[in-house]
Amino acid sequence: MESAAGYRTPLSRARGLGAAHTGVQSFISERVTSIALVPLCLWAVWAGLRIGPTGYDGAVAFLHQPVNAIAALLLAGVAFWHQRIGLRVVIEDYAESHMSRLFWLLVNGAVCWVGWAVASFSILVVALQGGAH
Amino acid sequence: MSGVRTDAQGPSAQVRAGPGGTAARPMSPHLQVWRWHVTMLASILTRATGIALYVGALILAGWALSLVLGRDAYGSYMAYLTSPLGLLVLFGLTASVFYHLAAGLRHLAWDIGVGFLPRTANATAVAAMAFGVAAALATFAVGFAMGGR
Repeated sequence: MESAAGYRTPLSRARGLGAAHTGVQSFISERVTSIALVPLCLWAVWAGLRIGPTGYDGAVAFLHQPVNAIAALLLAGVAFWHQRIGLRVVIEDYAESHMSRLFWLLVNGAVCWVGWAVASFSILVVALQGGAH
Repeated sequence: MSGVRTDAQGPSAQVRAGPGGTAARPMSPHLQVWRWHVTMLASILTRATGIALYVGALILAGWALSLVLGRDAYGSYMAYLTSPLGLLVLFGLTASVFYHLAAGLRHLAWDIGVGFLPRTANATAVAAMAFGVAAALATFAVGFAMGGR
């Protein structure tokens, strides 16, 4: 009974009201990923300008370089992580019911995991194999 | 009391089921009466550009996949991206990247307790929007100058 929870009524505890006590990780993740995305996004714009005119061979050669492959992998991982947290906040703000909230949160997670997996797999294939033959 | 608007009935009249379905919670009717100001627009734009970039990340993932699928797939994917509509989408995404980046830095500054004065917040909101558009224009100018198309 030394914690703050000791001041809550049995009814409020049974209803599960109050803080979830799991928000701190999301809060810190939002900020850490946003800081990491500052250099990664600037790199992505630069990479887009580099790759744009070079065609298929230029794009493959670009991702074949270890530094670019690692930056692309980091961008994919951090971006999909960041946007999963970000869209979760939007869904929690606007979902009308418990079920629609649950549904869209699951869709959000699935889209981000699949997007991350497709992007990472593709980057690795090009980086290690040099693209399709 | 005759001056009171009929729809100004206080929170108790504006209820809906809470997300948990446990209790009816009051909903603020502020959206109809709130005066538009630039920090509000900045907040909305931060969310809107975030959602746009969500789609943009999927477009990038598709781009990487087209690279794996081969020369033809990459060629047609790039043909879509460099069509007039594709370039418009890319310009919007570029502006979104730069605006969302500036808005994110604004939020990080707020997190360490800096920039809350209304004058400062208004100025940084306008600066973030101007930066987003200007940096996107500069990026596309460089892109076209580099012989992109």
